[in-house]
Amino acid sequence: MNAAILPGASAGQPEFLLAVEALTVSFDGFKAVNDVSFYVDPDEIRVIIGPNGAGKTTVLDLICGRTRATSGSIKYKGSELTKLSESAIVQAGVGRKFQTPSIYDDLTVFENLEISYPRGRSVWGALTFKRDAAVRDRIHEVAEMIFLKDHLTKRAEFLSHGQKQWLEIGMLLIQDPELLMLDEPVAGMSVAERKKTAELLHQIIKGRSVLVIEHDMKFVEDIAHRVTVLHQGKVLSEGSMERVKNDPKVVDVYLGH
Amino acid sequence: MFGDYSLGDLGAIFAMQGFAGLILFSVYVLMALGLAIIFGQMGVINMAHGEFMILGAYMTYLCSGFFQAHLPGLFPAYFFVAMAMAFLASGALGMLVEWALIRHLYKRPLDTLLATWGLSLILQQAYRSIFGAREVGVELPSWMMGSIQATGTIEIPINGLFVMAITVLITLMVAGLLFASRYGKQVRAVMQNRVMAGAVGIDTGRVDRLTFGLGCGIAGVAGAAFTMIGSTGPTSGQLYIVDTFLIVVFGGAASLLGTIASAFSISQTQSTLEFFLSGSTAKVITLLAVVAILMLRPQGLFTLKVRR
Amino acid sequence: MRSPTRTDNPFMTPMEWAYLAILCALIFGVLPLALDGFRLNLVGKYLTYAFVALGLVICWGTCGILSLGQGVFFGLGGYCMAMYLKLEASSVENTKIQSTPGIPDFMDWNQVTALPWFWTPFKSLPLTLVAVVLVPTLFAFIIGAAMFKRRVGGTYFAIITQAIAAILTILIVGQQGYTGGINGITDLRTLHGWDIRTDSAKTLLYFVNGGLLVACVLAAQFVKRSKLGRILVAMRDKEDRVRFSGYSVASFKIFAFCLAAAFAAIGGAMFTLQVGFMSPSFVGIVPSIEMVIYAAIGGRLSLFGAIYGTLLVNWAKTTFSESFPELWLFGLGALFIAVVLAFPDGLAGLWRQHVAPLLTRRPKAAALPQGAGPLPKGAPAE
Repeated sequence: MNAAILPGASAGQPEFLLAVEALTVSFDGFKAVNDVSFYVDPDEIRVIIGPNGAGKTTVLDLICGRTRATSGSIKYKGSELTKLSESAIVQAGVGRKFQTPSIYDDLTVFENLEISYPRGRSVWGALTFKRDAAVRDRIHEVAEMIFLKDHLTKRAEFLSHGQKQWLEIGMLLIQDPELLMLDEPVAGMSVAERKKTAELLHQIIKGRSVLVIEHDMKFVEDIAHRVTVLHQGKVLSEGSMERVKNDPKVVDVYLGH
Repeated sequence: MFGDYSLGDLGAIFAMQGFAGLILFSVYVLMALGLAIIFGQMGVINMAHGEFMILGAYMTYLCSGFFQAHLPGLFPAYFFVAMAMAFLASGALGMLVEWALIRHLYKRPLDTLLATWGLSLILQQAYRSIFGAREVGVELPSWMMGSIQATGTIEIPINGLFVMAITVLITLMVAGLLFASRYGKQVRAVMQNRVMAGAVGIDTGRVDRLTFGLGCGIAGVAGAAFTMIGSTGPTSGQLYIVDTFLIVVFGGAASLLGTIASAFSISQTQSTLEFFLSGSTAKVITLLAVVAILMLRPQGLFTLKVRR
Repeated sequence: MRSPTRTDNPFMTPMEWAYLAILCALIFGVLPLALDGFRLNLVGKYLTYAFVALGLVICWGTCGILSLGQGVFFGLGGYCMAMYLKLEASSVENTKIQSTPGIPDFMDWNQVTALPWFWTPFKSLPLTLVAVVLVPTLFAFIIGAAMFKRRVGGTYFAIITQAIAAILTILIVGQQGYTGGINGITDLRTLHGWDIRTDSAKTLLYFVNGGLLVACVLAAQFVKRSKLGRILVAMRDKEDRVRFSGYSVASFKIFAFCLAAAFAAIGGAMFTLQVGFMSPSFVGIVPSIEMVIYAAIGGRLSLFGAIYGTLLVNWAKTTFSESFPELWLFGLGALFIAVVLAFPDGLAGLWRQHVAPLLTRRPKAAALPQGAGPLPKGAPAE
């Protein structure tokens, strides 16, 4: 499914939003990611699954520049990411949510969201940044979506675990990335929170590509367009959830031991 | 600066300065060893490390005086007693400090830095009040003076060789302790994952206290060696903390061999340069080189690429 | 339903305006009226350290970068000013008994026969004033760029800056002929023909110094209240998150470090003008770390606290080291330990916890500073 091509893409332009090719990284001889290739279309929701230590988080780290690739290429909208700095990658339109909620405890919810607002990112820009109506309205809009509109002046450290996760999702949302990467967005949440989060994710993935790492298979089935299975740093299988579920290699890895 | 010397002269100079640098090297290694263990395990920088060293130096001074006055017959052997006393005194003080101060400050490394600096001020003033502001020297037993004439132009000082031997012995003992004993296994477990180590029943508090005491004790032994290259005063230890920390970082904080290699290169560079330039210029050049290299390669010279 | 007072971002809250007014009244009114010329000059000297403490509030308190080498910038600023004053005091007329007239006396004593190249720009007052701020800031930029681009921070950075302070001290002491050595640059007389040694000049310099300090407080407040200030706090907390929100973390750290260096440099230049000399004893490891304790005692998060901390510690130092020199080091050491163990937010923290709540217990709760530093201990936990 979903062979969508960007409406405005002219002939000869790469049709993939993200093209990962022959990506390899080795730590001290150990290849955590070994010759991994996959392609993400615009507006596609791709879920990466795999056992612990399969290299899922490392792949996200490589895409967002947190870890440097030993070899291989990552092309985003046709341009190479492996040489860019982290902040340049973000500015190109790639957003990343970490596994454990990563928010600023000492700042209020409002300030947390404000920092993620994509304006005034240079030193000078930040110094002269004005908290105008556009900023304020956008923050209130996002706060409403992430169920935190009544907590805007609360210091983030006093939020619950689930609220912190939402806040981080909100911070990404305000950033408005074209490629959104989420590392286990529902991990550690209560059942009620999980349901709310699924709702939230359905809402925010509209109009952008999403790369998700998740263990919750029901959740995966619910949202994934396609699934990539990683095992020991390599791509084991890829395709629709249906296909992957019935792939004997995948069954073997998940159930064989 | 080399122009005025023949090649043979230069060889001899390098060799001589190399041997003369042995004691400096030993002091550095012992200091850095203690600091590296503490830093590696607890992420704590002990700014009072130099003062622990000076405590060892004062213990040596006291022993030397005591043997001269009361046991002149045993004077030739006093240095061994002095080193043991230095180790025990500094180690005991270290454990006390860990219990009273350091253990409250884990996870706040910058604050530990300030607190231990405060401690160093208190220790300095304590030394001044007890031993006086004047620097004191230690008399060496006669067998440690003089030197071996290796060739026509090269002399090796005996005390240098002696201290060197002690340093090798202590380094081997520390390595043995860390890599072969049960305590060492616990130390490395705590180093790698404090929470997990606690969960499997290791008394991390006790391991911390012992390690801090061990590191400080080794600094005390460094102080005993220090009495041979400098006179001991209340503030003599202060500049050593910077040098020592640079050595630890330069060697790549967690690597024992790296620490030794970097102590060797830094002490030898400084000692060799001192022959050709003034002491202060040699020091400036050595430190500048280390800082410059660290700016280019902050992870140190002897570390591997690991996953963050 | 949002409360406009909470998400508005005023330059200063009414409370902070009141603090500023009190500070101004103290510096420009109470102290000059209450103290004689000698004591006022002494307070002026203390206040030059307050510039350093202000910089540390931004760099260490707000952003979490502990520099143990602020004396370097204080000293560089001070030396730049001292070089100008020294050249003016070493006119051919004044130095005709030297073997080389027209160069500073210590150069002549060290057989230097011509003015070194790096001294020549300091013949000009405008160039000197530019250099006072620019040289230390540029130096900070180089250190910051080298370190922060490679993600060196925390204790590593602290120790490297301390090593730099040690190196610079050894260098200044060792290069007597060019720097005046251990004695520093002394016997300074006039600034562009104006004798800085008279009582009236000293009083005027005190007020200039006070004015500059208030200007720096306002500048620091502007930075703290801007989005940049919140980014600094955010970086102290979760550096990676800031990076992955599209900011170049290194640039912001470099900015904070350079700003702190620039403040320190202004303080150093004012020190030279008011005290009449500059020496390596204000550059090295010990003065640098003492400057950190000023900010720590006052409160590492509070601009006003840092100033009061500086005044208090220096007042204590002068009083104690005059009458009980032995006790002073014990006291200072104990201060270091106590402030870290028991009062990490310093005097400002105690004020905020115990005194400020009493003052704000009036109908208008709007004056509460929002997001300014840690909450009182009793704040509701999760």
